[in-house]
Amino acid sequence: MALTGIQIFKLLPKTNCGECKYPTCLAFAMALASSKAEIDACPYITDEGRLQLSEASAPPIRQVSIGSSDYEIKIGGETVLFRHEKTFLNQPGFAILISDTMDDAEIESRFEKVNFCQYDRIGTTLRPELVALKATGNDERFISLVKKAIEKPYGIVLICPIISLMKKAVEICKARKPLIYAATTENVQELGFLAKAFNCPLAVKGNGIEEVMHLTEQLTAMGVKDLVLDTSSRGVRESFQDQIIIRRAALVGKNKQLGFPTITFPCEMTDSLMKETLIASCFVAKYAGIIVLSDFKGESIFPLLLQRLNIYTDPQRPMTTEQGIYPINNPDSASPVLITCNFSLTYFIVSGEIENSRIPSWLCVMDTEGLSVLTAWAAGKFLGDSVGSFIKKCGIIEKIEHRKLIIPGYAASILGEVEEELPGWEIQVGPREAVHIPAYLKMWK
Amino acid sequence: MFEISKVKYTGKIKEVTLGSGEKAVIIGGETCYPFHLFEGEMPNTPKIAFEVWDFEPDDWQDWAIEPFRDVIGNPAAWARKCVEVFHAEIIALNLKGADPNGKDRVVEEVVSVVKNVIEAVDVPVIVWGTSNDEKDAVLLRRVAEVCEGKNVAIGPLSEKNYKHIGATAIAYNHPVLASSPIDVNLAKQLNILLGNLGVKDEKILIDPTTGGLGYGLEYSYSVIERDKMAGLTQEDIKLQYPIVCNLAQEIWKTKEAKLTQEDDPKLGDEKKRTILLESVSAMSMLIAGADVVIMRHPESIALVQEMIKELTSRGI
Ligand code: SF4
Repeated sequence: MALTGIQIFKLLPKTNCGECKYPTCLAFAMALASSKAEIDACPYITDEGRLQLSEASAPPIRQVSIGSSDYEIKIGGETVLFRHEKTFLNQPGFAILISDTMDDAEIESRFEKVNFCQYDRIGTTLRPELVALKATGNDERFISLVKKAIEKPYGIVLICPIISLMKKAVEICKARKPLIYAATTENVQELGFLAKAFNCPLAVKGNGIEEVMHLTEQLTAMGVKDLVLDTSSRGVRESFQDQIIIRRAALVGKNKQLGFPTITFPCEMTDSLMKETLIASCFVAKYAGIIVLSDFKGESIFPLLLQRLNIYTDPQRPMTTEQGIYPINNPDSASPVLITCNFSLTYFIVSGEIENSRIPSWLCVMDTEGLSVLTAWAAGKFLGDSVGSFIKKCGIIEKIEHRKLIIPGYAASILGEVEEELPGWEIQVGPREAVHIPAYLKMWK
Repeated sequence: MFEISKVKYTGKIKEVTLGSGEKAVIIGGETCYPFHLFEGEMPNTPKIAFEVWDFEPDDWQDWAIEPFRDVIGNPAAWARKCVEVFHAEIIALNLKGADPNGKDRVVEEVVSVVKNVIEAVDVPVIVWGTSNDEKDAVLLRRVAEVCEGKNVAIGPLSEKNYKHIGATAIAYNHPVLASSPIDVNLAKQLNILLGNLGVKDEKILIDPTTGGLGYGLEYSYSVIERDKMAGLTQEDIKLQYPIVCNLAQEIWKTKEAKLTQEDDPKLGDEKKRTILLESVSAMSMLIAGADVVIMRHPESIALVQEMIKELTSRGI
């Protein structure tokens, strides 16, 4: 893994010339070790030294980019086996299969689905990002698919067994940085050259893990660096286990030949979209870089996008929401005002239910240091005086004409205190459980 | 030659028997992470429990009621249908009706429902209380009494009421569900307390607190992974108990499970979507390490059971 400052020092010229802006080579080495400097700042390091350094500092799983601009995705680059050990970094990309056997209407509708299946979710947009274009013998149609794809912004996976056709396709969409699928023992040289010539990522399809390793070794030797792995297994159990074995080999076994993200094909593992979705969910949890699906339907892609969001949420992120006023469903000066704590889960559930009710409302989130309403109340952080002074200061008064405030059901016992703190206000006790908020708001006066 | 780098497991999850007689079910017993069968064993595959309520639910989606429309007003008939028509291996009786924040049904009324359900089915039953410490302390003790001899899993037991319910469970020889709020250390602590009280190892199950998809699923996911890691690789014997996730209620109450396709066309068919929301969540819990997941819709249950079968199938 990473080298120590002393180990790096040994690779430097030791002339202390100062051109790196550090007084000595040793100081520069220390800065490198703690990632405060870049190796390129020293013009005198030997090629040999530079190579050793970059190899030692290379991440155990290479990060690979596919696509361009807004739809560029990064996969791989992961450093842990379990999300609680740090965090997972790069969400797997979801690709919809589009084949040269489909008719025009079907093709058009599939491109459209990538655009259609986008979901706003408090602060982010959930969306799939790739199209997987598959050649099965109708060359002209395949090329027209590629041409259509570059009119859209999505990332592209090119699935094509014929080298000359693949070359044509890559030429058309090279600016999009498509993933070329796939190098096998039969065509590894040719596809390696192709990927290198166009500077595109290349998928490797071997029959099992060992063959995959042979292929990546050959390609690495050719200088092709951005690889994506497929072990060819299409059974649920084997494919799932392969993901685990590969991730572990790269991170624990320091296996360079397997230090790449993977591509998986739930679309080839069942005929039922329902089951395919569950197979895909296994790969979201355990380690796929790309997941190719036979179709995107709202009912199938949405649960996967939510799962991906959850699994890839950084567990180190504080579980709090920023204190403030959150307008939901376009409220105006007559809309109800609710107050809650800043535990992010509470905020999430409460705001979701308010949205659900479709009643325009103001949600005031008070800083309770991430405690839930009940714990905050028990800890003395959700009491009459704190609620009262927050309401006076947060700016909600300027936004409304009425003087009514809904407090959480779990804080019902502070009703009297809040009334004292906010003279002239009508303090109302809302439901205890967020599920009952829509019904409550619909009746609200 | 490529060699798989294997995890050195030092522990084993305890086996807990639910129910009695021919249809009793053993859960737990695994010696590896979930479905990591290249380096360990899962002698008892994970199980799905069918959720049944103690009263006719008034806020369920029509497509959730549909499979049970003929029996939904009668918990015993409902449970029987789960077993006879949908081949349920375990029933999870959710005593929602007793919740003081809801219908607040009186204890004896609910206890008689429990009795009817227990008598109606021969498969194991999990009885899930209200999560209200005081109410459960009274209610679940009575449940333990009337279920004598049936080896019914009773919970949730919290730090506040574990003594009352635990003692009665010991007396009537039932397994208990130790419930802690998404925290490995609190889970361990409660298991220790239960042990001190005299609850035997083969009578303890962990309820890690289950978050729904999009609503905190990740917290449960990681806590389950950490529980299993501690139990299997760090010799933490107080975390070597099977894990039960009460999932159904967390999924079906969310707004994404309630909106119809007409409300939001982008979300697609509401029935299929909710089935997938439930089954994708269940898969996540199983991959994290759950031994039992409580689910609602027969179609999501069938899907997940098929996945469990494939993930544990021997033939390669
Ligand atoms: S530029 Fe290179 S040789 Fe000069 S001091 Fe810095 S590390 Fe040493």
